[in-house]
Amino acid sequence: MSRILKHRLFWPLVILVALLALNLIFTDNFFKIQMKEGHLYGSLIDIVRFGAPLILVSLGMTLVIATSGIDLSVGSVVAIAGALACLRISGLSDQNSVGGVLGAVGLALVLSVVLGAWNGFLVAGIGIQPIIATLILMVAGRGLAQLITDGQITTVNSSPYKLIGGGYWLTLPFGIIIVAVVLALTAFLTRRLALGLLIESVGGNAEASRLAGISARGVLMTVYAFCGLCAGIAGLMISSNVSSADGNNAGLWIELDAILAVVIGGTPLSGGRFSLSGTVLGALIIQTLTTTIYSIGVPPETTLLFKALVVTIVCLIQSPAFRTKVFHRRRRPMTARPAAEEKVRVSA
Amino acid sequence: MTSIAGLRDLRRRTVPPKYIPVLVTAGLFLAMFVAGGIRYENFATGQIILNVFIDNAFLLVVAVGMTFVILTGGIDLSVGSVVALATMLSASLLKDGWPAYAVMALVLVIGAVLGLAMGAIIHYFEIQPFIVTLAGMFLARGLCYTISTESIPIENPTFTDIAQTRINLGGDLSVSPSAVIAVVVVLIAAYVLHYTRLGRNVYATGGSEQSALLMGLPVARTKIAVYTISGFCSALGGLLFAFYSLSGYGLSAVGMELDAIAAVVIGGTLLTGGSGFLLGTVLGVLVLGLIQTIISFEGTLSSWWTRIFIGLLLFVFILLQRVFSGGSRRRTP
Repeated sequence: MSRILKHRLFWPLVILVALLALNLIFTDNFFKIQMKEGHLYGSLIDIVRFGAPLILVSLGMTLVIATSGIDLSVGSVVAIAGALACLRISGLSDQNSVGGVLGAVGLALVLSVVLGAWNGFLVAGIGIQPIIATLILMVAGRGLAQLITDGQITTVNSSPYKLIGGGYWLTLPFGIIIVAVVLALTAFLTRRLALGLLIESVGGNAEASRLAGISARGVLMTVYAFCGLCAGIAGLMISSNVSSADGNNAGLWIELDAILAVVIGGTPLSGGRFSLSGTVLGALIIQTLTTTIYSIGVPPETTLLFKALVVTIVCLIQSPAFRTKVFHRRRRPMTARPAAEEKVRVSA
Repeated sequence: MTSIAGLRDLRRRTVPPKYIPVLVTAGLFLAMFVAGGIRYENFATGQIILNVFIDNAFLLVVAVGMTFVILTGGIDLSVGSVVALATMLSASLLKDGWPAYAVMALVLVIGAVLGLAMGAIIHYFEIQPFIVTLAGMFLARGLCYTISTESIPIENPTFTDIAQTRINLGGDLSVSPSAVIAVVVVLIAAYVLHYTRLGRNVYATGGSEQSALLMGLPVARTKIAVYTISGFCSALGGLLFAFYSLSGYGLSAVGMELDAIAAVVIGGTLLTGGSGFLLGTVLGVLVLGLIQTIISFEGTLSSWWTRIFIGLLLFVFILLQRVFSGGSRRRTP
């Protein structure tokens, strides 16, 4: 029992289950998944589908945070990727040509990787603190996105592009498939190959890993570029879902949601270890929370209040200091823990 | 602008390195002002600078609070939302017929209490400031929407009086009471930072929390105090914003935390804490304000160039910080 209680995914899972149970009480047919015209429909599917961009951004963010960094610019990259893709597609003579759309998507993704690599260069190459380095792109990026769309909301009418965020494939929403592929790829690269270990070691102590022969600079560049790529894909999904690009509002505050998802999932902001499954859980919690608020009829303007409440509760429960202070009885079994925490903090 | 080599030379001869970022910001401000004066008619007047103060009084006050937090090595993301909450609260309470001064006092107390609560959570439960103030940001913004999703106009005579009063400074120059309040806040904050025990503790905590603790400094009190100050300053900034816009709206001041952080960084304060000046923050706000003024004078440039310029400036200043103050620090491999 105590082993289950101490598992790092225990509390996020409890929260997610509690949220879903709340829906079971308040919403009829919440868990019903239907087959309509060869597509799967249902509230659960919707949660994953609308949460797909957030899951993607959070995946990239997890790896960045694992290197004890942070990427504040993902929201701007989301806006830029959507803006560039929509601009290219709206300039096509035939907006439905698959080749043209693929070209636009490819270009937007390349730009996202370049923007991510720029962050990586500032952090690894010049040695600027991640939070400031990515603040630059966060501030300037919104301006860039508006520059690309000329301050307008660019709308496109392209069925191949619509597929990315709003279409179905093999009975599943296409967005879910993209997320599954990216997640599987990330999990393979970081958990089956050495990359995950390298990331964690750079996060634990960049200088020590460099002395141990790890190219810390290369790892950091890769991770930030990957984060940019994830944000770019998410940006394409968001803009394709509404068939338009809004430089001002696309992906607004998604960086905060993503960081929350990562933290709720049990990845510490100090870096050194990470949990991909925790992040996915965290992102699902945030999306379920939003859906729940809509479905049980709480006025949507209080969404943020609930979010604040849940964030505070989850973070308090996960804080070792809070647990020792509030649950005095548990102090003894936890003696091993502060020592481990201390090690992480010193190296960060 | 002076070349990098020239600046290095300057550094070697007289100026202590800690003043260089502030001096560079001051130089930039002057250069922008002179360039604007040459390029546009009616630009190089004292009133332009005063207008920057008038239009950015709230940002200045918010940035002062942010400077305290950043000097201890923390960050406060909630300021923009607290500003919005302050405008919403004043607007809705005034509509219910509360007396103006009671409203102001209540708003300031609420801001300070919010900051105090966040500071206490950050310190006692050892959760990152980033996350706690993020939750605070959601909370304050959510409270705004709970009060109303519509914009509420302010018609209280005390508020409109303050909004419309202009204090004549002789000649054609005049300022608003808000700008005066902002300057007073800056002066008090500068005194607290540089001449009181609290100020010393703020620098010591930011320099190294561990050492400050070992020296027996009240780290807990200091950390909680800076977030309280930041909350108070945000609420005060919100009141000034209410004077400025004469309405309360839940979506106002979105992203103001970024402007405040940018102003502090451009002013030469290290985000790692422990080093920086309040004067730098004032100059940072002035530079941001002057960028907006120049873009509005230019006419043909669209508003989004403001963001791109601020981003560029941030980049340049962060690079400068690396060259001058960060040179001896640990290099990331």
